[in-house]
Amino acid sequence: MTGRRAVMLTVLSGVALVSAVAVIEAKHQSRVLQSELQVLRVERDRLRTEWSQLQLEESAWANPDRVARMAREQLNMQVPRHFELLEGQP
Amino acid sequence: MSRSRRRNLKLEPPPAWRARAMLGLFGVFAVMLGARAFELQVLDQEFLNEEGAKRHLRTMEVPAVRGAIRDRRGAPLALSAPTESVWAVPAALLDDPGRLSALAAELDYSTTELRDRLENYRERQFLYLQRQLSPAHAQRVMAVGAPGVFLQREYRRYYPGGETTAQLVGLTDIDGRGQEGIELSLNDQLDGEPGSRRVIKDRVGRVVEDLAEFTPPDPGGDVRLTVDLRLQALAYRELKAAVLEHQASAGVAVMADPETGEILAMVSFPSFNPNSRESIPTGTLRHRAVTDTFEPGSTFKPLMVSRALDAGAFTRDSVIDTEGGRFRVGRLTVRDFRDYGDVDLRRLLTKSSNVGAAKVGLKLGPERLWQVYNDYGFGSISGIRFPGERYGVLRNFARWDDVTTATAAYGYGVSVTALQLIRAYSALADDGRLRDLRLTLADKDDWQAEPRQVISADAAAKVRDLLGEVVSAEGTAGRAAVPGYRVVGKTGTVRKVEGAGYDAASHQSLFVGMAPADDPALVTLVMVDEPGGGDYYGGLVAAPAFSNIMREALRILRVPPDNPATLTADAVAKPESKS
Repeated sequence: MTGRRAVMLTVLSGVALVSAVAVIEAKHQSRVLQSELQVLRVERDRLRTEWSQLQLEESAWANPDRVARMAREQLNMQVPRHFELLEGQP
Repeated sequence: MSRSRRRNLKLEPPPAWRARAMLGLFGVFAVMLGARAFELQVLDQEFLNEEGAKRHLRTMEVPAVRGAIRDRRGAPLALSAPTESVWAVPAALLDDPGRLSALAAELDYSTTELRDRLENYRERQFLYLQRQLSPAHAQRVMAVGAPGVFLQREYRRYYPGGETTAQLVGLTDIDGRGQEGIELSLNDQLDGEPGSRRVIKDRVGRVVEDLAEFTPPDPGGDVRLTVDLRLQALAYRELKAAVLEHQASAGVAVMADPETGEILAMVSFPSFNPNSRESIPTGTLRHRAVTDTFEPGSTFKPLMVSRALDAGAFTRDSVIDTEGGRFRVGRLTVRDFRDYGDVDLRRLLTKSSNVGAAKVGLKLGPERLWQVYNDYGFGSISGIRFPGERYGVLRNFARWDDVTTATAAYGYGVSVTALQLIRAYSALADDGRLRDLRLTLADKDDWQAEPRQVISADAAAKVRDLLGEVVSAEGTAGRAAVPGYRVVGKTGTVRKVEGAGYDAASHQSLFVGMAPADDPALVTLVMVDEPGGGDYYGGLVAAPAFSNIMREALRILRVPPDNPATLTADAVAKPESKS
């Protein structure tokens, strides 16, 4: 009778100990993940900022008026005026 | 346990002093508690209130990004980019002024300027030093390390299309809510839902603890327009050039794809720069293609002719006597530019004979004539759901007499928007099917009506054929020609209504046309308001701009030429033209 109680006590104490350690471990994990999440949020924020700036930059460079001006002035291009049609071409 | 129970049973009652001692102890505790409560509630109240105010639990709003507006190919027309606003707690900064001058330098203040500003607002807990800085600039400001200085995230709206898309895309107010244009009409779709964070802040507003409660912001949705930025920029450039060349007051150009009703370009001049909202000249904010009505003039003639053909009232070969260019209807004399003699429908349209049109209109009668215009969608809105769109005026035929009928036949006494006119011409281009216009590239919008057959495909093709000589040396709009393509269209020159009558000096010049003639890929309208340089005929003012826009647009969209014989520049006639 007492032997069985002692065994029960030991087993339950062991389980309680394991559970306590597990709680500590889980808490620790949660902190690590929290801070990782924070880092990733900051990173996402930074990337979003960069992305919107790159889009703005691209649209500034690709402004049709600017492209037309550069084509004319720097590359000496002009709108084609003389054509030759090839039969059977799509 | 069983052992102790056994022992308990043997216990003697405790001595009486123990109970008294316990009671005495409780009494002492009660007095101490009362004294402490008195101290806190009454004596130290002020100090504690102050301390409490130093730390507060706050719910911080996390701003949501507003959705972008893009053109049909994905190029951004309105985009929110994060910026940082620098704010300070003036007292905290003034108490430790060591880095004040370094901070002032980064913020483009002089040191005394900054100090004066801080002193003025010393009592405040929050003072903006500089709003909407670029993130890089904000980081340099923070690198100074001045105490009591913080950043706050704000979004700023950028409009890369600038003045070419200004009225179309519209504007938001300072809080990011749509005020004009697409920003207003699709605000619900673009608007995001801000998130929140629970934090504990200290006296100077610094977040000392971030509680794990976090609701992420819900960003707004993107909107894709049917507009193509390349065509939009092209149309704006050519319209602006035409308005300036002819010293006009304003202008409108609209381009649509007749097979889908999608608007490819829609520009209004004069415009403004949406990126600097401080200086928006009056009268530039509205999109004139949507909000302004005008009398369509001669551009109505092909619409009427299409129904006359369809109803069998006239055929291609019908001959109409133009009465030597003067034709009396009641108190009205209808006049032509000169005497065109006997005309068939082709010549009527080519020369834009008012007498001929009046006679066709009178033969159709008021009810059928009204029915034509009503069927073509005049008097009803175009389907794009743009703020401030006008219905125009098309009065009921019950009140039309002969004079009204005759004038309505050549497009007077009716007022329309540019959108309505281009929708009607799109129906001519698309074998008689009238479609609602579209401005957003979504799946079919639920408010859009099904296409309606307004005239037979045969009649539409015949009218396009009859219009063939308008854009020639013979017609009123030789200058609308585009090398390589057969262009059909119609000029219009209208006197503007001023008060009770028409102003002889103030005109509107119109050209609406399409190409290639057999199966039009594009329909374009150009309207120049009050040209002041001497020329005012649609064929001289609006047609050249139309030609420039179409030539480039057809090339950009790679529409195969249907008239290769005219592909060299020298082959294109540049004839004298008039309305």
